[in-house]
Amino acid sequence: MPVANSGAKMTATLITRVLGVSALAATGLMAVLGLVISPPDVVQGEAVRMLYIHVPSIWIAYGGFALTSISSILFLRRSRRRPDQGRHYDRLAGSAAEVGVVFTAITLITGMLWGKVTWGTYWQWDARLTTTVLLFVTYLGYLALRRLPAEPAVRSRRAAVMALISFINVPIVHYSVDWWRTLHQKASLSVGRRPEITGEMYWTLLYSALAVTILATWLIIHRYRVIRLEELRDEEGLEALIASRLNKDFGSH
Amino acid sequence: MLAEIFLVARKDLRVERRAKIALGQVAPLALLILMVFAFALDANTSLLERGAGGLYWLAVLYGGTLLIQRSFDVETDDGNMDALRMSAIGMPSLFLGKALALFVQITVLELILGPGILLLYNVGVVDWVLLIAAAIAGTVAFSVCGVLWGAMSAGLRVRATLLPLLLVPVLAPVLLAGSRAFETALGVRAGAGWTWAGLMFVIAAVHTALGLGAFGFLLEEG
Repeated sequence: MPVANSGAKMTATLITRVLGVSALAATGLMAVLGLVISPPDVVQGEAVRMLYIHVPSIWIAYGGFALTSISSILFLRRSRRRPDQGRHYDRLAGSAAEVGVVFTAITLITGMLWGKVTWGTYWQWDARLTTTVLLFVTYLGYLALRRLPAEPAVRSRRAAVMALISFINVPIVHYSVDWWRTLHQKASLSVGRRPEITGEMYWTLLYSALAVTILATWLIIHRYRVIRLEELRDEEGLEALIASRLNKDFGSH
Repeated sequence: MLAEIFLVARKDLRVERRAKIALGQVAPLALLILMVFAFALDANTSLLERGAGGLYWLAVLYGGTLLIQRSFDVETDDGNMDALRMSAIGMPSLFLGKALALFVQITVLELILGPGILLLYNVGVVDWVLLIAAAIAGTVAFSVCGVLWGAMSAGLRVRATLLPLLLVPVLAPVLLAGSRAFETALGVRAGAGWTWAGLMFVIAAVHTALGLGAFGFLLEEG
């Protein structure tokens, strides 16, 4: 099968192999630094270790969504000139959004666990938490739109517009939710206000950000390639169907 | 351009007047939802009074989503969208015309739901001007967002489930601001009602600008 052959080439270049191994090693070292070497916090105790994955995850998520928006703008500009152009930007937008959604989920889960330990509850109507959930659902909707059975050009264009509007909407959502909480009351459980981080904890957090960035880059590249393979499969599948139908028609005459 | 906007709005409203979906089906359903909220809260008068603003906007969200769906179903069912694209009407006029028609329909829905919460939830109005301003601001925001996201899911096979998924996170700030502004207008809670109403106008303005720029992309084929 031609798809399988091109797929073998496309999913395993030397650079991505090196990147993959680096991501694995970096994540392993991050676990050692975060779980063993860095000390527990004076106020938060062992729960502080959750922040080494929680904080970089939301950075990556925001970065992923920003990349989706930039790619969407470039896609819309290109596809305006020629409908078949700019598909690589569309793929990049999709892969970055997927990775962004995964890291938003990680942020939410680790945040809730951290909240349970520190605040005593999984959920608080905190502005940042509420905004993050809305962001998560928005981009789940974006991914749902990308997966719909529709003409690829139409679907990609609508998804690109949605990515742009969603990104512009993030500050509005954040501002309104933040304002809502400020106008009502301050969080009653404020024990968990994050203190300044210094020393080993600071370096562990910084290193974690680097490790998670390598991992996310590797994931985005692979998702990009898988999306491209899916497109090839669909195109070749359609061609094969037409060919078999033509053969059948000629055979019957 | 104004003539084009009114032409599109008149077309949508004429279709609606003949089909009577908004008045005949959506409005009674939204009223029913107000009743069901009372069942869910065990007809607790003080809870209903406190939550009246929020429950009102939830009912509007539910009914409004159905109206938005309907607004694009009439365009895609018989290939009307192709006819609209072929017509000389500009995309900005089409966007504003459909938003205007939706604004009128949602206003009618709200004129039924408004007395509904006053009677069923036993609340009184202390600031009519704020109530009307907040209702207008919220309805404009609902309408423009509705047209934008309605176009996003128009013509797709799974639009019935997709539209609410896309629309609710976008309308969440409107729901929040509308509920808070109504609470102040209904005298349930002292607060910055006017600022919340202002926020809804800002949301409406931002989405109108986005819609004017992006609507053409959403309706392009191929």
